[in-house]
Amino acid sequence: MNWLSSRSFSQGVHVPEFKDATCRLPIRRLPFAPVLIVPLSQHTGAPAVSIVREGQEVVRGEPIAKAGGFVSVPMHAPATGRVERIALAPTARGDLSPAIFIKPYPGASQEILYGAPQDIEHMTPEQIIAAVQETGVVGLGGAAFPTHVKMKLPEGKRVDTVIVNGCECEPYLTTDHRVMVEQPAEVLAGARIAMKAIGASRAIVGVEDNKPDAIDALRKAAAPYTNLTIQSIAAKYPQGAEKILIQVLLGREVPSGGLPSDVGTAVFNVATLAQIGDLLPRHQGLIERVVTITGPGVAKPGNYLAALGTPLRWALEKVGCNAGVASVILGGPMMGAAVGSLDVPLTKGVTGVLVLTSREVNGSRKIYPCIKCAACVEACPMHLNPSRLGLLARKERYEEMENVFHLNDCFECGSCSYVCPANIPLVQYFRLAKQMNRKRKAIA
Amino acid sequence: MKPVIELRTSPHLHAPRSVETIMRNVVYALLPICAYAVWLFGASALALLVTTTAACVATEIFICKMSGRESSVGDFSVIITGLLLGLILPPGFPLWMAAVGGFIAVAPGKMLFGGLGFNVFNPALVARAFLQAAFPVAIMGYTPALAVHRLSEFIPTTFAIPLIKAAPLAGWIEKTRVDAFSGATPLMLEKFDHVHSELWPLLIGQRAGSSGETPALLIFLCGAYLILRRFMDWRIPAAMLTSALVSSAAFYFSDPSRYPNPFFMLLSGGMMLGAMFMATDPVASPVTPLGIWIYGSLIGLITVLIRLKGGLAEGVMYAILLANAMSPLIDNVTQPRSYGARGKEVA
Repeated sequence: MNWLSSRSFSQGVHVPEFKDATCRLPIRRLPFAPVLIVPLSQHTGAPAVSIVREGQEVVRGEPIAKAGGFVSVPMHAPATGRVERIALAPTARGDLSPAIFIKPYPGASQEILYGAPQDIEHMTPEQIIAAVQETGVVGLGGAAFPTHVKMKLPEGKRVDTVIVNGCECEPYLTTDHRVMVEQPAEVLAGARIAMKAIGASRAIVGVEDNKPDAIDALRKAAAPYTNLTIQSIAAKYPQGAEKILIQVLLGREVPSGGLPSDVGTAVFNVATLAQIGDLLPRHQGLIERVVTITGPGVAKPGNYLAALGTPLRWALEKVGCNAGVASVILGGPMMGAAVGSLDVPLTKGVTGVLVLTSREVNGSRKIYPCIKCAACVEACPMHLNPSRLGLLARKERYEEMENVFHLNDCFECGSCSYVCPANIPLVQYFRLAKQMNRKRKAIA
Repeated sequence: MKPVIELRTSPHLHAPRSVETIMRNVVYALLPICAYAVWLFGASALALLVTTTAACVATEIFICKMSGRESSVGDFSVIITGLLLGLILPPGFPLWMAAVGGFIAVAPGKMLFGGLGFNVFNPALVARAFLQAAFPVAIMGYTPALAVHRLSEFIPTTFAIPLIKAAPLAGWIEKTRVDAFSGATPLMLEKFDHVHSELWPLLIGQRAGSSGETPALLIFLCGAYLILRRFMDWRIPAAMLTSALVSSAAFYFSDPSRYPNPFFMLLSGGMMLGAMFMATDPVASPVTPLGIWIYGSLIGLITVLIRLKGGLAEGVMYAILLANAMSPLIDNVTQPRSYGARGKEVA
């Protein structure tokens, strides 16, 4: 589709999108579950510290945990109700982590508690960064890295351009798509807040060209502003990876091991900015997010606004599951993690829930030896040599992988495993290799 | 039974293409060439193709059994080797020698290295090189295309008995020939007798040669099918043919009376079959983008040098084997520059 006007990058893969099932469905609210499980660690960084006690009544939007440091965010009550208990709950990672269990009052009006309205125009960058931390917003594109930390630049670094990531290159997911279509003004308001906090003079929104309605909506909303550009880019996986997007939009290359601020930019996801644009002026905390619940195993796929802490099992019961569910994945099919328990809650970093049936998973594909077809070399967006890395991994030469073949530049997009005709679990090997290297360094 | 959800690590999707589909499609692409070879050279070519394929498959099954491994015949790669070996031998090649060739291709050529994915050289070419050294006379026994009784009669050398001198070909050729034929391929005529060949018969393959290397146009189309379906890397044939064209053009324009037309170079001998089906063996070729171009160009250049400056009339086989041997080295020195790599690069 209009490949002449859309910018792109040379590597990557074309993965079937599977977005048709949900991309035209408006965001709908999921009812409150009988019990909401709010883990204290839903983000990268230090866990939040609970400030409520068991049996306490909480009002929707009220802070229930404070940030456990600078790289941490507070939590807010997702519903008006009573703190049932504070105990360990299963997480998507597979371990148990402390969480606040809240039992919403069935009859409550669920009015949200706001703070005093904030006037962005008269706030200093430092005040904005503090206010962003107060909202509890983290990267809603999946990384769940506290947003205010990204806005706080290291000493001596300058950012001239804020990049707004509206690619959503993962198949099946339409969360960002719907947010852009339905809340373009909030996205752009968030972008302007980020620009102000970070001292950037312009913002570019990169949207894949398979979402023309999102591009139209954003362009209309951006018309009054001269420093906001909406750029259509080719739909290709992994276009939405931070480093790739920077290269496509700005032609800058983030040095290995470096951060976007090293090349004068900062990247924020559209859903993150939409929340900031919406919450910050009202002085409210993050209590819900949009989650695409989809896949062949779901009876009523859609884009659902779910209260944070909604148990996965309950959400799936609400949307209905078809027979033969074989795998439940949080996130997209390329980078998402399959969950081992349906009792995990939907947290800030969950972009989607993908339910696959035995037809898709039907997994025991035969693994052949590497035939050196170079498909992975063509696919790797970081220009690595997955073929060679895979052979080295089989020989457990993990150090050589890191020192000679740039293992740590791999961000595990899975393109190599996706294309490999020999079905070699390449990216899975690389994860293992990285773990082994970390372990070795920890021992040394 | 309690419902179970599976735990796997991402990615949860996979492209439909597998090693087996790639290899199966290469077999499909070779079948029209085999059929055309049988039509051109008759029953002997058919017997030859069946013998080489059967010998290769039998060797692979035997070695898998001996080493206690699961049979790897199902990945179709051994069938490609068998068909290719049949296609690069003269149509009247003695069947017992062809069977030895099949064994050589698979046993030392492929399985000794560890089977599919580990062979350093293209197995069919290993066998061809072995046969050329072991049976230098038989491998030069070319017969004309479209001989009169080709479909009802075998070429006399086909059923040669081991260690007994085969019936001479000359008499049979005399008996069946359609026009003057000296038993030489166009490349041999060009090199040793300075007789130029017309391009049209080369294009449609109506000339003497190895059973499947002659129809340049058909081979090109079959290769194009694989390229369009993304089962084959287009860069290798592109690099090889371009480099052969450019280097032979350089010779031709330096002295047109001594050197052949560059298009003759592209259409004669095993150039097209080599470019489309032998050099493209992914296992024995590099994986890096630059490496692939270097590898392909190297084959084209070495082929032209052997043909024009060496003692042999044909050079595709040795050119590919030489490039196969160099491909790990090429890979090592052409590692791609990774995104964001800083200053110093490690080779």
